[in-house]
Amino acid sequence: MSATTATAEPFAPAPEPVRRGRAATLARATLGQSRAKVGLVIFVLILVIVIFGPLFAPHSPTEFVAAPNSGSSSHALFGADSLGRDVWSRFLYGGRSILGLALAATIIGVGLGLVIGLSAAYLGGLVDEVLMRIADVFMAFPQIVLALLLVSAFGPKLWLIVLTVGISHAPRVARVIRGAAQQLVERDFVKAAEAVGEPRRRVIFGELLPNVTSPLMVETGLRLTYSIGLIAAISFLGLGIQPPHADWGLMINENRLSLIVQPWGVMLPVIAIALLTISTGLMTDSYARVVIGIDRGE
Amino acid sequence: MTTSTEPGPPASTGAVQVRNLRIELVRDGTDVVDGIVIDVVAGEVLGLVGESGSGKTTVGMALMGYTRPGGHVVGGDVLIDGHDVRKMALGELRRLRGGTVAYIPQDPGTALNPALRIGRQLSEMLEAHMGSTGEQERDARVREALEEVALPATDDFLKRYSHQLSGGQQQRVAIAMAFACRPHVIVCDEPTTGLDVTTQARVLQTIRELCQDHQVAALYVSHDLAVVAELADKVAVMYAGRIVERGPREVMFSQPRHPYTRRLLRAVPDLEGKRPIEGIPGHAPLPGHRPQGCFFEPRCLHAVARCRETFPEAVQYEPGHWVCCYRADDTPKDGPVLASGRGEAPASSGEVVLSAEKLDARYLRRQTLFDINLAVARNECLALVGESGSGKTTLARCISGLHHTYTGTVKLGEAALAQRARQRSAEARQRIQYIFQNPYASLNPRRTIGQTIARQLALFDPGSGRDRGARVEQCLERVALSARAADRYPDQLSGGERQRVAIARALAAEPWVLVCDEITSALDVSVQAAIVELLAELRKQTGLSILFITHNLALIRTIADRVSVMTGGRIVETGRINEVFEAPKADYTRQLLANTPTIEAALGHNGHGA
Repeated sequence: MSATTATAEPFAPAPEPVRRGRAATLARATLGQSRAKVGLVIFVLILVIVIFGPLFAPHSPTEFVAAPNSGSSSHALFGADSLGRDVWSRFLYGGRSILGLALAATIIGVGLGLVIGLSAAYLGGLVDEVLMRIADVFMAFPQIVLALLLVSAFGPKLWLIVLTVGISHAPRVARVIRGAAQQLVERDFVKAAEAVGEPRRRVIFGELLPNVTSPLMVETGLRLTYSIGLIAAISFLGLGIQPPHADWGLMINENRLSLIVQPWGVMLPVIAIALLTISTGLMTDSYARVVIGIDRGE
Repeated sequence: MTTSTEPGPPASTGAVQVRNLRIELVRDGTDVVDGIVIDVVAGEVLGLVGESGSGKTTVGMALMGYTRPGGHVVGGDVLIDGHDVRKMALGELRRLRGGTVAYIPQDPGTALNPALRIGRQLSEMLEAHMGSTGEQERDARVREALEEVALPATDDFLKRYSHQLSGGQQQRVAIAMAFACRPHVIVCDEPTTGLDVTTQARVLQTIRELCQDHQVAALYVSHDLAVVAELADKVAVMYAGRIVERGPREVMFSQPRHPYTRRLLRAVPDLEGKRPIEGIPGHAPLPGHRPQGCFFEPRCLHAVARCRETFPEAVQYEPGHWVCCYRADDTPKDGPVLASGRGEAPASSGEVVLSAEKLDARYLRRQTLFDINLAVARNECLALVGESGSGKTTLARCISGLHHTYTGTVKLGEAALAQRARQRSAEARQRIQYIFQNPYASLNPRRTIGQTIARQLALFDPGSGRDRGARVEQCLERVALSARAADRYPDQLSGGERQRVAIARALAAEPWVLVCDEITSALDVSVQAAIVELLAELRKQTGLSILFITHNLALIRTIADRVSVMTGGRIVETGRINEVFEAPKADYTRQLLANTPTIEAALGHNGHGA
């Protein structure tokens, strides 16, 4: 035994550690997961259909092209619906409204929830108490019931659908963001900002907001998934997009009675909606896993 | 002089022999520690000293056959009583841990099970290791173990939960648990780091006596050289995963040969105030980024070409004194140690910039500050010393407007200030700058250093918009950071660098007073020394006043002009620094001074029979 320090192997000279921004690191780790890859591929696929679909539609979505409920033909690829309109063309046109409305509702809901959640966490006391109790009241209603109540009261207006779905998301987002921000409020960097007299608004949006981006991203993905489902359901129930407009939710409703004779009128929009929600769900889930660090120690 | 084989002591009970231990990361074979050699015999204490990240805990854990997840032992021997820990089966290891080798953790608050009563936890330990003893016998043994650590062995005490004990009592329960099964070897991992000096002195006394009475071989892992000087018989200094110097205590402290050991000693604050403290620039290389030659070479003042090529082997200079350095026998001294560290103290003008009058503060319903009066003159450094719970942080926060349930007045110059920072004038918020204890929490993790400092400039100097980039660079230069730091995020900097950023941010406001709340307590001694040097320099240059809050008495000796001693929410003594240190008036101050461990005192009067 010799009391020497091992010098057997040469030590590599210390390389400058390469550091990327946190956002880039997170994005790379997220996309490293197969679930995220699958989600992204499906999402892009649906997005392409939604955006460019109408350009490739053989017919107008409201044009009568064949006998009602007729099967697949050279004229109509997936047959005609119960009124004789081309199913394929209606499918290609029908994604815009649902995705557009869902995105708008998500932005409203998450934005509102973010402001409420951060304010409640930072201001605390009575403000926190009042905001959170109001949120509790809203959350006592199932989202769909709340939406149906308002839409049936004021009529099927698109802005109203977007607004109600958005508002019904807000208390749920607010809870999550408040929880994340509460741990930050007592941290010294917030105290440091207070000691130099930063205005409250700047503390909330300058100090707290950048530190809740991860739960915010996860919430956005989750709320988008729910929005798609909710808006499709509202259209299906006849309170959303009105005929003769082409819309996936509406298509399911219009064609459900002829499901046996002409399955495509229901199947195409069902598959699309399912894939869309699954893809946003997969991506959100992968991101959440990276943020929490579930798969970190391989 | 050549390297030679060290004859190991006979494999008797209570002997630890580690030979060439190497631990790597499983992931890529990066060395965490390497070439570790340790010898401890029964009744002896080896102090393993190193700064954070040096691998000292990893070595301590290896004595119990444990490596943290992600690491594994790839070479060397760990012999306990002559048995190789690396060859033990799981069952043997279980008997070893707690039975033959006991462990005293750094934080007993988390090591004790909060759901079990103290008596239950102790007897559980005995059950696991002493086998089929009767309940009565066990109970008697539990009480004996508590008496050994000077805790009451009453039924009432045995029925308590750990949260009902003070920090010092918790640590003594942990020690009682460690010694209960009569181990041959004990590993102490910074067991006094979280404790006040008074409690620390008592805990150290307990460990020392138990090791001697029961002939236990102890490995005492610590970053605190003064504690090690008081307790250890032998000392090993670790740097970047290697033991760079080891030897008997007296030799290590009086004739250290490795440049790192010498610099480390100069960084330790001296209670006597006879020498200044000096930081070590740079920081230790992390695993995977260690240079090819000597790991200390990039920071070493005496490095020669050879130091860059291969890591020096351990060479014996005096009996038992081994050093890994090519220049150990011909290193010039690091310059003369100054006779007086105080240098030319900036003359404070006597004009009071900050004062507190008749301050009473409460936290919830409890009163935490009682009738506090203090005044800081221009360019003066007033130290505020107290143990945890003395109210010193509450006082600092009252002054800065962060704790607002107080009565009495805080004045900036002649102007009385509102309780809350937000209600104070912009001038007050600018001229009093608070620096937080923990630099890991006081910087926004999602803002770059440049953004953080630029915001401070925007708040207090709105006209600086045009050349703010240049101003940020100036601010960083003042605290000896490179301009490149502006693009970094806080997690890309070391603890010392972060604290410099926090100071730079405070200085960006052009303050009159810096309120420094334990700003070095989260840092290593070499970094602490560098920060203290920086503050002294800034004070000399800019005429700044400093309120320096700390629990570390030795630290303030070289930097403060006056000191106020706090306990139980009251200031018990205030005076010129030398007067208070040399002729303390309050009993509490005397007690604090007596309990503060120092290298000089430990070497002067030898507290234990080594």
